[in-house]
Formats: sequence, structure tokens, C-alpha cells
Amino acid sequence: MSVIYNKIQQIIGPLIFLKNNHNVQYGEIVKIYTNEGNIRTGQVVKISEDLIILESFEGTSGLSSENCQIFFTEDSFKLRISNDMFGGTFNSLGKPIDINQKDVREANISTDVERDINGSPLNPYAREYPSDIIQTGISAIDGLFTLIRGQKLPIFSGQGIPHNKLAAQIVTQAKVLTEEPFLIIFCGIGIIHDEAIYFLRRFKESGNIQNIISFINFANDPIMERLIIPRVALTTAEYFAFEQDMHVLVILIDMTNYAEALRELSSAKEEIPSRKGYPGYLYSDFASLYERTGKITGKKGTITQIPILTMPNDDISHPIPDTTGYITEGQLVLNRNLYKKGVYPPFDVLASISRLMKDAIGEKTTREDHADINSQLLASYSSALEVRDIISIIGEDALNLEQTALLKFSNDFENIFLNQDFNENRDFNTTLDLAWKVLSNLSESQLFRIHQRFINKYYKKKKV
Amino acid sequence: MTKSESIIDDKGYISAIYGSLIEIKGFESKVRVHDLIKISSHNIFGEILQIYSDHVVAQCFEGTNNIKLSEEVINTLEPLSMELSPGLLTHIFDGIQRPLELAFNDSKSNGFLERGFFLPPLSRTKKWHFIPQVKKNSDINHGDVIGTVQETPSIVHKIMAQPGTSGKLSYIVNEGDYTIVDTIYSIQSNGKLKDYSMLQKWPVTKSRPYMKRIIPSEPLITGLRVVDLLFPIVKGGTVAVPGGFGTGKTVIQQSLAKWCNADIIIFVGCGERGNEIADALKQFSELKDPRTGRSLLERIFIIANTSNMPVSAREASIFSGVTIGEYYREMGYDVAVLADSTSRWAESLREISGLLEEMPAEEGYPSYLASKLSSFYERAGVVQTFGKDLSGKEKIGSLTIIASVSPPAGDFSEPVTATTKRFVQAFWALDANLAYSKHYPAINWLTSYSNYPEYISDWWFERDIDWAEIDRDWYEIRNQVNEILSKENELKNITQLIGEENLPEDQRLILFIAKLIKDSFLMQNAFDEIDNFTGIKKLLGHIKLIILLFKEANELLKNDVIIEDLKDLDIIDKILRIGHTIPNNKFQKLTNLKEEMKKSLNNIKYSLEFSKKL
Repeated sequence: MSVIYNKIQQIIGPLIFLKNNHNVQYGEIVKIYTNEGNIRTGQVVKISEDLIILESFEGTSGLSSENCQIFFTEDSFKLRISNDMFGGTFNSLGKPIDINQKDVREANISTDVERDINGSPLNPYAREYPSDIIQTGISAIDGLFTLIRGQKLPIFSGQGIPHNKLAAQIVTQAKVLTEEPFLIIFCGIGIIHDEAIYFLRRFKESGNIQNIISFINFANDPIMERLIIPRVALTTAEYFAFEQDMHVLVILIDMTNYAEALRELSSAKEEIPSRKGYPGYLYSDFASLYERTGKITGKKGTITQIPILTMPNDDISHPIPDTTGYITEGQLVLNRNLYKKGVYPPFDVLASISRLMKDAIGEKTTREDHADINSQLLASYSSALEVRDIISIIGEDALNLEQTALLKFSNDFENIFLNQDFNENRDFNTTLDLAWKVLSNLSESQLFRIHQRFINKYYKKKKV
Repeated sequence: MTKSESIIDDKGYISAIYGSLIEIKGFESKVRVHDLIKISSHNIFGEILQIYSDHVVAQCFEGTNNIKLSEEVINTLEPLSMELSPGLLTHIFDGIQRPLELAFNDSKSNGFLERGFFLPPLSRTKKWHFIPQVKKNSDINHGDVIGTVQETPSIVHKIMAQPGTSGKLSYIVNEGDYTIVDTIYSIQSNGKLKDYSMLQKWPVTKSRPYMKRIIPSEPLITGLRVVDLLFPIVKGGTVAVPGGFGTGKTVIQQSLAKWCNADIIIFVGCGERGNEIADALKQFSELKDPRTGRSLLERIFIIANTSNMPVSAREASIFSGVTIGEYYREMGYDVAVLADSTSRWAESLREISGLLEEMPAEEGYPSYLASKLSSFYERAGVVQTFGKDLSGKEKIGSLTIIASVSPPAGDFSEPVTATTKRFVQAFWALDANLAYSKHYPAINWLTSYSNYPEYISDWWFERDIDWAEIDRDWYEIRNQVNEILSKENELKNITQLIGEENLPEDQRLILFIAKLIKDSFLMQNAFDEIDNFTGIKKLLGHIKLIILLFKEANELLKNDVIIEDLKDLDIIDKILRIGHTIPNNKFQKLTNLKEEMKKSLNNIKYSLEFSKKL
């Protein structure tokens, strides 16, 4: 029988203080019934002999010391997961919602299993080093920063840069090149209602919706839900990956909203802040999400993560991108200037890296010339940007032949290779052929990173 | 050993829970700071941090969900300790020495670490082949080698008398196979007889006693040219490797683990990525130790406390690593402890300090950050250990600490980097700009430093035997290289203003040689089979070649040769490719290259003289 409390001692931010009258569990879930008839969920965060402190997941707005009843469930929060979830949209507590109404929908979703959303850490010894690929159909990612199953590869964006479009494109296009089952879990954290509707419309139009599970937390939802929803999404991912043998790709957007919620809660708890007001445990907290990725020895399924975050003021040294970069295996950075030039997706290819791709690409998986091309494109583009700097000082006329070729190459690289329509789905072959096309601006001697046999096979010098 | 375990435990109960901290009431007054406690029904371990008049505060090594007030807590009456015996090497443990391999193989945990899993760190049933090395009735003191066990095909594990032991050996088993808990010898001391097994324990926060410290005099050869020439470390030294993300900290740590000339490597993955541990494990087991031809893993002990594993166990992990290191040092081995990363360790300290509501110093870190860091780094050193080795010799061992630091936003003025600098003798500053331009290892030659060259110049002098015509030794060459690089840095500003073409020829030569040093010598490819390790012979030859070029070129410039003539020489291209074209064991090739260089420089000279005559 559950214990019920009728009186609250103190309310501070999302925290509720009760006089301790029974033997409560740490982390226990409570239900808060208000006089108006709505139910909120909360969790025990501190117990002493006198006090119980709860955190309300749905805020404390409207609560008074006597207008609600608090039920102790004698259980920690358990997420219900089932195969009925495919194609559905859920809130941060795993309840199905109607995106247009934003309400919890009464629906018959069965429960196959119940899982604790905090999960357990993966044994590092049990990890298998990831080496299989995912095709996103986006040249910049597939060609230069190939996504590996079991990798966590974030996208660093900024306000006003179309990362939403990019996220939607990845969700609708990503696939594994084998016949194995592939599931995408889309987790919107603190996103605007209109964005949510946009995403779901894109998913529906793609015709692939039965392979997508969406979790949405709206910008005006309580902050506690914001902190729960990625855990709900990842718990679902772990079930389908490691118990149902599926390859799961999790998109978390926008991690900046998550971090701000963490900061808000931390200051409500009067914790000592570290950089820019974020709590000192930002790293550990991020790691508890990002590290729920990978491949386990002896299991077929994998979890891959693409967390997307907006860098405040485009500052890559801000604690949110900085902390993320220390945990993830590379990063994809979007560039505002490139976007303004009309390039989509506007990847800053020199600031981006995918750390796990070096052992995964090549003849067996993508194509024999992939590694060479990758290294050549980046090297030539880097030299080309130096040429652009020179032009701004001495003008285009003073360039030598090599420099002119590099300049042409860099323009083609941006406009033909990087740039693609947001409905355009390119396979590896198309991407690599396009790479040869833009490299054809260069003379053979400028292709110093490419083995001769590939030059013989693929290279055709562009006629000037 | 079994006797000490049977002491009656001290019991108490939980009176408050917040995060990973619990308050306990009911312990008797004999509870000590750092005693290990256990929440009995959940099998969760913790450590006493604070003692108040009516309660104590302890941090748990795992999460506290579902725990209730008044649950029973047992004080084990001993501090967190490492189990020491054969069976450590090649294996992987978490920060409090729980065996991760066994956890994966034995349980139904599906690859996840369930809370409260507990297995003895070292197998109680595996038998080791013990060879006694002392005779009955010998006098035995702490550190004396009682016998040996071939722990891995590359490493002999010496079974030593435990600290505090002194007496007569009254019994020792014959050569044979024994488990680590079988009694293998007994010592008679003050009329009392005590039995010992191979297993011993040592508290992680306490430095293992030794006879005396010895001034380091031998370098730890890392195979990284920039380190071994410019910023060397010694066996028994300390070095910090700070760098922002993407600057290659982990690659440096891993390549040191693979190639440095220590006997034993303790690799502590502290709060870093899980996939990196998987990568390291895979590489260590696949790669061969160049000295023994056996798997590298045979000399490696790994602690993995990844970023998502419990934070309080992360705090213990670097001390756990150094405790194991001190044990192998006592056997007379050269041990290197590689900790990646101490920033994550400091963050765990900050987190626990925050929960304790202590007054923070800089950026939320506790004010005792410095004293904790010094207690870690000060455990490095060369020592003469207690006790006698086989055949009665003295044992000298070393413990080197190589710790990476991850400063937020690559800012070296933040508290952890700044404090670490006070306790280390060498500092390899990783530079984001170098990494960005693909110059690896991205060790900045202007901001890095090492205080060790004076300690080891004699060692190098003795080994500097080739090419008598270049009368500079390692120490002088290093000074000259430093000089060239810092001159280049000064010239850089002028060059940007007036253009390189307008500099005098001798300054252009400095720029040219500096570039050659950077691109040919300092840059090194960790993934190339030849370039990943440079031995001392090749290192000296390689840099001497460049210095000789500098010297001869200076002469030529005085005779009106212009720098462009030098740049166009074929030999330059060959010098640039020394790293990955000339293997360590083909020194003759380097000598040939030197002769070729001399010849082509002479050719310039002759053609010049010839044209002058005309």
C-alpha cells in the first residue's frame, strides 16, 4: 500500500520538502495529485531523518503546501517499451502524444518490458571497437566524416543555421548497407512546437515512419522532463539494440537546451557553479548520455548517436560544445559564412573530424579510393583557403597556375560536393565520383595524397 | 590473512542519503577516515570521508537509488586497498579493482555493469608455478624476494616479504603450483609463527615504504623524437601532457604505452571514452613488444573507469594505479603509470566536494586540489627498495608518471593545469593550431619544457658513439635546436611584414633549417610502422644530419651561395622522409645519406669555385 502525504513543508523551484514520516527509498518515484485533478511525477533526491526532498518532473507551479496529495509508489521510474512504439511519438515519460494537440493520447500501446531509464554503465571490457558504417546520403558526412555504427558524432551548429533541416534529412535518409534491421530514434529536447510539427511531417512524407520512434519535449515543458527525455530515448535504444539485435541511430536535438535545464536545476539546488554557471558535473552528466553508445562483443545490435547542439554565439570553446567534444568521437561543425554563401549543408570541413572512420572505410565497405580521396580533399581545400587569403591581399591576377586550379577546385568543392538538395540522397559511389569531379580541377601532380593506381583508374583531367 | 578478515565488523545504519553520499549513525568511535564501508543488502562499497560527533559521512562507489534509511552498513575496518599478487598483468579492472573481464564472462549482465557486482579482484583458484628462492632459517625482512612466479611469458613476478615483516623463515613450500591464498611460507618472529600466501594488500592512499630515494639518471626513452631530444623525461620522473580535445593526448599516451622502455606499464583510463579503452585493449593484444617479440599486453595492467562509470570510483582510480605501480617497482622494475586524464579525476574530486558543501576555491575545485595532486605525483621516483633480490643483490626500481590533462577550451591557466605544473618536472603542451595543421605529435616546442636534460646528459654522452666528425653531443645539439627554433619564432614577425625574400641569407637559412627540423624531425606519424618509434641511434643520426647541413650551409652562404640552391637539392627531400623510410636497425642508410649530403654540398662548392675562376 502506497504512503500518502497531504502536507508540504517547503517548495523551492522544482524541489518539494516533506517531513519524513516513513521509510522511503532513494530515487523513489512519487505521484503528485493536485486539487484540479492533474497528476505530476516526481522523484526523491535527498532523504534525512527529518526531511524528504522531492524533485517534481513537471514543475511546482500552482502547488501550495496543502492543495495536493503525494503518493509514494515504492518504485523507481520505469519506462515501458514495446514493439508497438514503431512509428509513434511519445513524451518524456514515454506516453504517446498527438503532436498537433500536444496532449497525451489514449492509445493501446502494449508493454513488452519495463526498464530503469538510468541504465547501467557498459563494461569497457565488453565493448567491441566499432568498424561498420552507416550511409547518411550526405556527401560531406559519408565522404569526409563517415559515421560508424557505435560512434557518437555530434553536430555543432548555431542559431539560424539549418541544423533542423539537416537532422530531418539524416533521419529520413540514414541506412545500413546490409539487410539488418535499422531503427531511428528521434529525441527532440526543448524544441519549439512548430519545429516538432515540421520534423514529424518530414518523417511521414519520407514513407519510412515505421522505422522511426520519436520522443518530443517541447520548449515550454518543465525542465525536469528535459533532463529525462534523452534517458528515455536511450533506454529505448538499448532495448532494441542489445535485446532485439537492431542497429539504432539516436538523434538528440538540441543538447544546449538540455544543458540549460541542468544549469537551472543546479542553481535551484544551490549547488556551486563551475564555468559559466554550469554545474561541475556537466561532463559526467553528458558522459552518462553520450557513453550509452557502442557495440557489445557477441551482440548484433549497435547504438550510434548524433547529438546536435547550438553553440551560444557560435563559440566552440563554450562549455557545452567543449565538454561534448571531449566525450564524443569527433565532431561535425556547421559554418555560418558558408551557409550565407548558399551552401547547404554548410560543413566547416577543416574543423570537423570523425575519429573512428580510419579503420572502417575502404574496399570492403565503401570503395578502395575512399581514404585517399578523403585525405586529398581536406589537404587541397586547406591549401585553397590559403590561396583565398592571398587573393584578398594581392588580387587574383597574381596567382600561378597551381593556385588558380586550387581556387577553382575549392569553389567546385563547396558548390558541387558539399552542396546538395535537402531531398537528395547520394550513395557512396555518387559521393566519391563527385569528389573525383571536383578534384579534376587539379593537375595530377597536385594529387599527392592519392595512390597512382587510383589516379589511373578514376582521374580525368578537366579541360581548361 | 584470513585471520585479519575474521575481526568482528562494526555495524551502523544509514541516517541520510543525498546523491552518492550517505550519513551513517551507530558506528563505534573507532571508525577511521578512509575506512571502507559496505551497505550490506546491496553490496555497495564506500569510503568514510568525515566524522561528526553523532554520525559519519561516506561516499559510495556506486549509485544509491532504492536504498532506504536505517539499512545496515558494515565497517570493514580497513581502508580501500589493492590486492597484490600474480594475476594483475594483462588484466583489466575498474577504479576499485573489480575485475571487468570476469564481470563480463561470468555474469548474466549482458555486457553492462550491474550495481553491486562483486568478485574478488584476483582468482583464488588459479594455480601459479612458484619457485622458492630462499632457504629455510634465513633471516627475512620486508622486500626480500622469497620466490618467483612467471606471471606472463615476459615478466617474472617476485614474491616479496610484506611490509613490516621481520623474522626467521621457518617453513617454505617446495617448487610447485599454488593458488595465491595457499600458505607458501611461515615466519617466526618474537616467538610467534605467522603464515603467508602470495597475496598481499596495500592501501591506495598510502605510499609504499622504500629504503632511499635515488637521483634519476636514466631517460625513459619514448621513441618520440620531439620528446627524447627536446623535452625528455627520466625513469622515475613526472610529466603532464595538457591539451584541448583533438590535440592527440590519447594517441601520445597509447604510443608511450606501446613503445616506451619501461618494464611494466600501468594504464589508467580515468573518466575517458569507453571506445578508447576498447581500442587500446585491441591494439595492446595485437601488437608485439619489439624487445621480446611477445604480445605487448603481457607487460600491461589496465584500470578502466570510463566517464559514465561511478564518479567516486574514478577518484580512487589514479591512486589504485600508482599503488600497483609501487608494488612492481619494489620488485626492481621500471614502471610507467599513464593516467588519462587527471582532469577527470579532479572533476570527480570537485563533484564530491560539492556534495559535501565544502567552501570552493577556484572554479569550484576544492582548496585541497593541490595537496591531493602532489600526493599523487610525489609517489613517482627512483628508489632503492627494501629487501634483497635474487642472489642477495639490492633492488632499484623506478616509477614514472605520465599524466594527461584536459583543460576546458584548451586554456592552460585553468586550476588543474596550473596546479599540476607545480608538481611535474616536464610539461608537454599540446597545441590546437599544430593539430589543426596536422603536425603530430602536436607538442609545442616553445611552451613545453623539461627540467631533466641535466640529469641525463651523461647517459646520452656515453651512447653517442657514431660520426666523430660532428663534435656535438646530445645536450649541445638540443640547445642548438632550441636556439634555431626560438630564432625562427622571432623572425616570423618580421617575415610577415617584409616578406621572406627580403631577409638576409643567413636568416633565411635559419627559417629553412627550422622548417626542416619541424617537418622532418619533430613531426612523427604514430600510425606508420617505421616512424612510430625512433631508437636513440637513429635519433642522434637524424638530428646530427640536419645540424651538419646547417653548419656546412652557413659556410657556403659566406661564399656567396644562395639559399635557393640548397632548397633544390635532392637530398632535402630524402631528409624529409628519414622518419618513415629508414628503419632503426638500418643505421648504415643514414650514414650513406650523410655521405651523399656531403657530396652534394661539395659539388655546390666546386662549381662555385669553378665559376669564380672563370
